[in-house]
Amino acid sequence: MKIIVENEKCIAAGQCVLSAPDVFDQNEEDGIVILLAENPSDDLTDNVEEAAALCPGRAIRLEK
Amino acid sequence: MYATTDTLAAEIQAYPMSRGSGCPFDPPPALRELLDRAPITRVRIWDGSSPWLVTRFEDQRTLLADPWISADTTNPNYPSESAALAATNKIPATVTLDGETKPAEPFTFIAMDDPEHARQRRMISGAFAVKRVQAMRPAVQRIVDDLIDTMLAGPKPVDLVQAFALPLPSLVICQLLGVPYKDHDFFQDRSGLLPLRTTSAELAVRTLNELAEYLNHLLVRKGTEPEHDLLSALAKRVAAGELSQLQATNMGLMLLFGGHETTANMIVLGTMVLLQHPEQMARVRETEDPKLIASTVEELLRYLTIPQIGRHRVALEDIEIGGATIRAGESVICPLDIANRDPEIFPNPDQLDINRNPRQHIAFGFGVHQCLGQPLARLELEIVYSTLYRRIPTLRLATDIEQIPFKDEAVVYGVHELPITW
Repeated sequence: MKIIVENEKCIAAGQCVLSAPDVFDQNEEDGIVILLAENPSDDLTDNVEEAAALCPGRAIRLEK
Repeated sequence: MYATTDTLAAEIQAYPMSRGSGCPFDPPPALRELLDRAPITRVRIWDGSSPWLVTRFEDQRTLLADPWISADTTNPNYPSESAALAATNKIPATVTLDGETKPAEPFTFIAMDDPEHARQRRMISGAFAVKRVQAMRPAVQRIVDDLIDTMLAGPKPVDLVQAFALPLPSLVICQLLGVPYKDHDFFQDRSGLLPLRTTSAELAVRTLNELAEYLNHLLVRKGTEPEHDLLSALAKRVAAGELSQLQATNMGLMLLFGGHETTANMIVLGTMVLLQHPEQMARVRETEDPKLIASTVEELLRYLTIPQIGRHRVALEDIEIGGATIRAGESVICPLDIANRDPEIFPNPDQLDINRNPRQHIAFGFGVHQCLGQPLARLELEIVYSTLYRRIPTLRLATDIEQIPFKDEAVVYGVHELPITW
């Protein structure tokens, strides 16, 4: 699985950090998403899918 | 027989609808009926206009995230939530001394569309990043413990709203903003007036002006004597020409209102609902598992969905939703409370289940305007639900629930007072 984040769509709601803290973080300055792992391990798939589904700015895309 | 335009018009229901008697924590029965029968329909609102109303969870999410849906309160077709909000949700157009007309402007970025909405939101969103908010945990825990100490040392019964639920978020947000605590009573008295649907436009404007004047002065002071708080950060933006003084003042007001009564109402209503579910209350009281507390917070957010007036929007292009077309220029309402009871998404939606962990709920809205303060709300509620009932294990209502005055007229649902004892 490959994760693509579109920073300009991010609204810093923090949903992704709650769903998958090993994969997503936030910039200190404005809370915009930081992708920690572009190709996370399989055991994180559920968390990453939740993060993508919950993102209110639709800023996270997954390629399988 | 064919329905004429007149009989169709007569069939349009008024929105908002009333809750069922004896069901203070459930959405209005008429909304439930629409969820079952009509994914999209027309309703009549206070100003006589008839926006669309969308009931289903997936349709609301799709609509609220649509780039052609607008939250701009200066759009002439924007359906204002109440007379008071119609008078205060935008800065009216003005004519300058040299005869130039400055167009009306939304009150803050929450009533703007991108890209200006995003530009302004990003000026303050860093302060609400999950990890920065979680670093506030010890400070918030201390405030909660102190308030409980004071309550336990005082007379009983006591009003949980005044003694605990309102002071807590007020203290927290004022710390974040840098508002001196000595000025809290001033804020609480005035911010309590604004959400009421019965507040006249005149009173709303006057109240808002008093608060704005205060924040305006404080911002000027923060500009010359900056501290480590949000108002100082906003003052810096003003000095850099990135924000007008008025925009910064209004942003300060918005942050104050956004985090104050909302959190307070979740504390009080959450307590009432848990008291009605003693077995689940016992699990919340006794657990050492932070995951169960987090799940309790999400479930109470879903179950209560306190923004009882839906999200109001305007379509900028034709949008297909729920088998109908919302035409460009038409207005639409998404009542979040009924979406969070959609059985397609939440099985047995009317059952409170603290193990459910319904993270996908839209109690904070959806789309680019989703609540900025949600990590702070979650932190405060986690600390309250894991502390209050543990420290006061025999906490109970000091009166019958029938005697409790609910805020049926408010934009955000809650109760005016909750006498408790132990």
